[in-house]
Amino acid sequence: MPTTLMQHHNANIPQLEEIAVKLRESVIEMLLQAKSGHSAGSLGTADIFAALYFNVLHVDPKNPNDPDRDRFVLSNGHICPIWYATLAEAGFFEKSELKTLRKIDSRLQGHPHYGSLPGIENTSGPLGQGLSQAIGMALAAQMNNSTYRIYCMTSDGELDEGQTWEAAMYAGNRKLNNLTWIMDRNNIQIDGHTEDVMPLEPLREKLEAFNWYVTEIDGHNIEEIINACNMSKAVSQRPSVIIAHTIPGKSVKFMEYKFEWHGKPPDKEQAREALKELRTLEGQIRSEYD
Amino acid sequence: MLNQDLKLSPNIFDTDVEKVPTRFGYGDGVVLAGEKNSEIVVLTADLAESTHSHLFEKRFPDRFAELGVAEQNMTGIAAGLALSGKIPFMASYSVFDAGLNWLQVRTSICYTNANVKIVGSHSGFSDGPDGATHQALEDIALMRVLPNMTVIVPCDYEEAKKATLAAANHVGPVYLRLTREATPHITTSHTPFEIGKAQVLMEGEHVTVICCGPLLRSALQVANRLDARGIRCDVINCSTIKPLDSETILKSVSKTRKVITIEEHQISGGLGGAVAELLTEKMPVPLRRMGAKDTFGESGSYDELLEKYGLGQKAIELAILEMNKIGGRFATGDLSTDVPGEFKLV
Repeated sequence: MPTTLMQHHNANIPQLEEIAVKLRESVIEMLLQAKSGHSAGSLGTADIFAALYFNVLHVDPKNPNDPDRDRFVLSNGHICPIWYATLAEAGFFEKSELKTLRKIDSRLQGHPHYGSLPGIENTSGPLGQGLSQAIGMALAAQMNNSTYRIYCMTSDGELDEGQTWEAAMYAGNRKLNNLTWIMDRNNIQIDGHTEDVMPLEPLREKLEAFNWYVTEIDGHNIEEIINACNMSKAVSQRPSVIIAHTIPGKSVKFMEYKFEWHGKPPDKEQAREALKELRTLEGQIRSEYD
Repeated sequence: MLNQDLKLSPNIFDTDVEKVPTRFGYGDGVVLAGEKNSEIVVLTADLAESTHSHLFEKRFPDRFAELGVAEQNMTGIAAGLALSGKIPFMASYSVFDAGLNWLQVRTSICYTNANVKIVGSHSGFSDGPDGATHQALEDIALMRVLPNMTVIVPCDYEEAKKATLAAANHVGPVYLRLTREATPHITTSHTPFEIGKAQVLMEGEHVTVICCGPLLRSALQVANRLDARGIRCDVINCSTIKPLDSETILKSVSKTRKVITIEEHQISGGLGGAVAELLTEKMPVPLRRMGAKDTFGESGSYDELLEKYGLGQKAIELAILEMNKIGGRFATGDLSTDVPGEFKLV
């Protein structure tokens, strides 16, 4: 039975941690079936997705086009397996559909396509476009005096794209305080570590100079994720960016920190190993609250 | 003989007439559209006045956004606005908002099927003195190839105004191609306009001349002169390049069996390309495509550039005369040469 928003909208931390484990399990199973796709970012952002869809966002899986819903925009479309897994877990569509990822006739395209699947708010894949799309939504909300918020996730590697900075400059100038940008700061991109390929630091100073309210959090600490999102609602005159420090491939030891897992799926043996690790957390209980 | 039903400008063949750029038609049209529909918003990338978007800014300051010189961001923002129920018109020069941001147009607008109207001004040779960097001669091709996109090239101020209003009512992405140079009126406020509908402005049985944009007036003037010499042309205003009005074109071509396309664009991929695709599949007949022949432009006045790049009235006249010599259904020989060729009937 799909979990519903009502049951989970204010899910507590142990529940959210459990959901994050379930989402990671789904991701491994989906990527194994698909035989291609992006492991590292999908696993690394599972805690953020759990916190967003089961605590932070005002969205209703049974009314996905509610005009007053919060919007979530994914800019780094390649990590859509975690978005799909989360939407299914939240009840936007059946979980059984997850195994069709990247297959012919599927609604679960290799990169997200607006209009294909309930809950998908934007089209992305080519990097750098999502923040602009989110700004357009924030601008529309301000023009309409609507109170919903726009959340946008980007990767860190896509800050190499000039469009991201065009967007950052505009949002800061326009004082879009209904916009929360969550950056998955996992320090990897396809060709290596971000600071080796194209150094981004000092990120906080750069974004502050662009008139953003900057918070840095542990992207695996659910409480910090929720607090940072809530805090961004209180910021006036500035858009907010949450730099979420994450571990790529989080919770699957042989994938963690390895940029080689950016765009690779596990094979059968690796998936079995990963699932074993996720289900037992190396023999530990899933949550300290258990 | 001019088609009286279309209520065209009475001064169409006069030489000393009022001239207004098509971009002014958009500027006035988008204000009218904005008055009718409060969801219409206008974005520009540091070209508010050049594109005449400043008229909308003055009238509806809260529904206007200045993005600075950032066309990629403008494209994404337009998509986000559209996904929130707005109808954004994003205006810049064609080279910038149908070129620099092509992948954003493809992903954020067309693949998303976002209801965004891209307004590309200063297209073709109309930005003469600025030179090749600013003369968009490839934009129709770039926009036409994208699924979900509608492409409109108005011929004058009135048609641009009507096309702007029609684009506002059309659900889906539209590319509206405009020009910088002031050009004469061809149509009037009473001339009908419909997206996807080509119009036969002048009727004749010898050669079909298909045109888009302000060059249409040259085509009409040449056709009028040749009419007196007994060479009669169908002159078609094909202001919607996509979807192409194949019915009107094929009906004309089935009569004339000879076609010339005229546009301020590369001869590949634009109007000529679209017509070539249609004719090759449905009605293979001799076709001459007039436009830029795989070359960039350069600085010069608008008229000088048209002359130099083979789009002056003399060149159009020569092309019609040559095509008129070709009889029959099929022909061999190089029909794209500027030298009157030896065309053999099959």
